[in-house]
Amino acid sequence: MARKPRVKLPNSVNKGQVVQIKTLIPHKMETGQRKNKKGGKIPRFIINKVEATFNGKPVITADFHPAVSANPYFAFYARVEESGTFKFTWTDDKGKTVTTSKKVAVK
Amino acid sequence: MSNSTLKHKQTMERRDVLKLLGLGTIAAATGAVVSAPAMATPESAAKLISTLSGTSSYKSGKISLKMPDIAENGATVPLTVRVDSPMTADNYVKSIHVAADKNPNPEVASFHLTLASGKAEVSTRMRLSKTQNVVAVAVMNDGSVHRVSRLVKVTIGGCGG
Repeated sequence: MARKPRVKLPNSVNKGQVVQIKTLIPHKMETGQRKNKKGGKIPRFIINKVEATFNGKPVITADFHPAVSANPYFAFYARVEESGTFKFTWTDDKGKTVTTSKKVAVK
Repeated sequence: MSNSTLKHKQTMERRDVLKLLGLGTIAAATGAVVSAPAMATPESAAKLISTLSGTSSYKSGKISLKMPDIAENGATVPLTVRVDSPMTADNYVKSIHVAADKNPNPEVASFHLTLASGKAEVSTRMRLSKTQNVVAVAVMNDGSVHRVSRLVKVTIGGCGG
């Protein structure tokens, strides 16, 4: 996971507004079904979990399986009641995590 | 077994040959079953959904699964699951599960929502190995489960099938 994830959400919102958050992380999402040239199976290697928190409180969690496409895109909604920080965490099969955060201000 | 080998074993009775052939066929068949990847079936997808949602009685309505009717590229098929829910403390969606019935594995994705989600709608992109049904269920806070399924055609080669 050399490249950084992308997250899109508004910088400022009205109090109590429900906003859409779009996330995308570059990852090949190897299914474990494909074979290499020697006929051996390429081991499964995917992002299996995405978590979003706001000011430390959970917003949504997604469990992914190999049927999720490469470069997993995940969009969801969040209700914003106060200014704060969204934190996003992606976990892969090897237990490695990538995190990114984004601040949101309430007008 | 070729004719030449049969000539060399003139003593072998016809029934023995048939037995051997039969065994060979069985061996080949079991071999094929073992080596073929386990595929999801409508039954295994239904079982998965009922395990994940904790019930096998579903209500319809309230949940919608937005996907293209025909997917030209099975590698990335967009999907959106929307559940009609106010997402308040006494009426909210706890989780959403998605399964496919003809992929190598029935599991696709599970989403665990909270009140901070504000709106019960999630989108992602999934792989479809062939034309199949995609099933989505929403587990509500009162334990009721709403189900929707959708047939998505996958055209390989782009002829519009």
